[in-house]
Amino acid sequence: MNFDLTEERQMLQDTLRRFLSDKYDTAARNAILDSETGLSEDIWNGLAELGIIGALFSEDYGGFGGAGFDIAVVFEELGRAGVVEPMLDTAILGGGLLAALGDDAQKEMVEEVIGGALHLAVAHGEPASRYDLNRVETTAKAAGDSIVLNGRKAVVVNAEAADHLIVSARESGAVGDVDGISLFVVPSDAAGLTMRGYALMAGGRAAEVTLDDVSVPASARLGEAGKALPAIENAVAAANVALAAETMGAMQSATELTKDYLMTRKQFGRPIGTFQALAHRMSDMLIELEQARSAVINAAGHLESDSRIRDMQIASARNLMGRVGRLVAEESIQMHGGIAMTQEYELAHIAKRITMADHRFGDTDYHLERFIALSAA
Amino acid sequence: MDLSYTDEELAFRDEVRAFLDEKLPKEMAAKVAGRGELTREEMEKWHAILNEKGWLAPNWPEEYGGCAWNAVQKHIFEEECAFANAPRIVPFGLSMLAPVLMKFGSQEQRDHYLPRILNGDDWWCQGYSEPGAGSDLASLKTRAVRDGDHYIVNGQKTWTTMGQHADWIFCLVRTDTDVKQQEGISFLLIDMNTPGIEVRPIILLDGTHEVNEVWFTDVKVPVENLVGEENKGWTYAKYLLTHERTNIAGVGNSQAGLDAVKRMARAEIHNGRPLIENPQFAARMAQAEIDLMAMATTNLRIVSKAAVGQAPGVEASMLKVKGTVIRQEINDLARRAAGPYAMPFPSEAVEGDNDPIGPEYAGPVSAAYFNNRKLSIFGGSNEIQRGIIAKVTMGV
Repeated sequence: MNFDLTEERQMLQDTLRRFLSDKYDTAARNAILDSETGLSEDIWNGLAELGIIGALFSEDYGGFGGAGFDIAVVFEELGRAGVVEPMLDTAILGGGLLAALGDDAQKEMVEEVIGGALHLAVAHGEPASRYDLNRVETTAKAAGDSIVLNGRKAVVVNAEAADHLIVSARESGAVGDVDGISLFVVPSDAAGLTMRGYALMAGGRAAEVTLDDVSVPASARLGEAGKALPAIENAVAAANVALAAETMGAMQSATELTKDYLMTRKQFGRPIGTFQALAHRMSDMLIELEQARSAVINAAGHLESDSRIRDMQIASARNLMGRVGRLVAEESIQMHGGIAMTQEYELAHIAKRITMADHRFGDTDYHLERFIALSAA
Repeated sequence: MDLSYTDEELAFRDEVRAFLDEKLPKEMAAKVAGRGELTREEMEKWHAILNEKGWLAPNWPEEYGGCAWNAVQKHIFEEECAFANAPRIVPFGLSMLAPVLMKFGSQEQRDHYLPRILNGDDWWCQGYSEPGAGSDLASLKTRAVRDGDHYIVNGQKTWTTMGQHADWIFCLVRTDTDVKQQEGISFLLIDMNTPGIEVRPIILLDGTHEVNEVWFTDVKVPVENLVGEENKGWTYAKYLLTHERTNIAGVGNSQAGLDAVKRMARAEIHNGRPLIENPQFAARMAQAEIDLMAMATTNLRIVSKAAVGQAPGVEASMLKVKGTVIRQEINDLARRAAGPYAMPFPSEAVEGDNDPIGPEYAGPVSAAYFNNRKLSIFGGSNEIQRGIIAKVTMGV
């Protein structure tokens, strides 16, 4: 048994941490948050040049990583720095689906993703689907050589910046059926595709995407007709590992900021961290942070396991991260007091990242329910 | 023991409901329910509607224009206003400064300022906290030096709620640096239009502008604006804090919040069933409701004690802690009920002429969750309240 990072992953972590501590301080990030696009192309290209995107893909697709621990190392660092650039959406979800299901032409797009030239968004969730992956109402109907898409996709993160949207649509079966869901690679400027974009609470942007008779060639289909759900589940499993690691990284920053603040802020003539009522709560946060780190290791280490084991580990990690994340975000704010409520203070953003992660791919309760179902199976 | 309201109290409740139904503008209530930011004009309008009815100042003595209500009636009024999504009345002049002026102010100050507060002529804000003086308020450093007929004020206040609208600020300032901290503080009324005052906005993490920094550079304040005696300000400040604690439990707000969560949980569908039938979510919601039911009765027990003239002491601190914990839990439930549609930034979700991005109820929930973290921080943080409870009950 060995819990040390491999030499390569240690280098990856060091490189990324150095890059972000140089380029991604609070002021730089606040400027990105205030910008119209909600992301920085400079940062994105910098990450690509350092090989950060490549670390998320295996050699088969032009990368040099792609395992659960590679994802965890990268996303922990992104979380520490509160990065809002859509690595999860372009690389893990978009790139992951192209790699898993793409034909030769589609797989070539992965190289463009790794190079930083291509942005993607996965348009899967719908207004009524909440976190249920099988609930797809959007339809895909054959019309001659083409396929016509109709429907609405909800909270599609990174849609405006994406060159292509990977859109799920139902070719057969009823809403909620496991079979019948297909994926299509749709250019974001396709006729009939409209977006209503908006900023997100924790940074970055998303859009409501409406598909009104969007016509694509049959070659736009990604993978086999009607059989896309397992690949979507796999991509979401990787995304859940990424999100858990990101949240854990953000929790590290929150606890470090809080620890520093408790030892510098003086009230009643002494550092407030010397009051036992606060010192013990700080200790509790540190205990829970170690729990979080272990949960991430469990999830990342089982990403390649068979799906029941994998999904139990992931459900447990996301449930724990939801509970512990809430504790850390709320206690960090509370122990800072008013200063942590201000937009420009680092912790405010970090706390929002931690909390809003609970709204992607299932919240604390959703993952508890999944864990119960899987462990009873 | 009788857990129900008396016939008189029920009749009073009906009267309040009828008034709110008739006079509370529907668009204003909708804005409050949706956590839209009220304009200064809207807040002033509701202030004027209540003043016209004579219900603006339930806590004032009748001689100054208050209502002849007992504590239970005041509670009913506050609760009904919260249920109806009435705007919160800006408390700084009405509930904070006014009691201090009535008890410690000069006759001239009472005659001048109190009617203006009722009429909404002056918008007041509170100058207490400083960057270095939060929970340890007595360590404040803003300095006022006597110079003939004036004080010259220098320093900085922070977390000044709605200071951007204010005509006046009541301030705690240091007038003696050679004595024990608490004994060198004075209570000054300062016109915000005086040269040397600068208000700088603080944007909160949900994007709202409700608090400010207020900077004082050689600000001249006439000596007649001193309340009571020089260096006795700490006594007045403590007196004011006992009045800051009306509606401290926020039972009405929590009840309204929980009703909203239930409506959301009926509308949201998970696995083909309404979220309200989901065991995990239902259990969490039920726990919050159980806590709230008990706290509502705790609150009423304390209220009825006050109705017969017994002042609440440590119970106010208990209500502050429990009340804020429950409200924040309900905010968390609302955030989770909304699912992915809690993610959009609120200003884009609830403001302007745009249609809501997702379901209308989802727009404000994440902003409410983050914004209401303040509940356990301001007005004496929950840590300070726990310290008070320990001090009073154990003498430590």
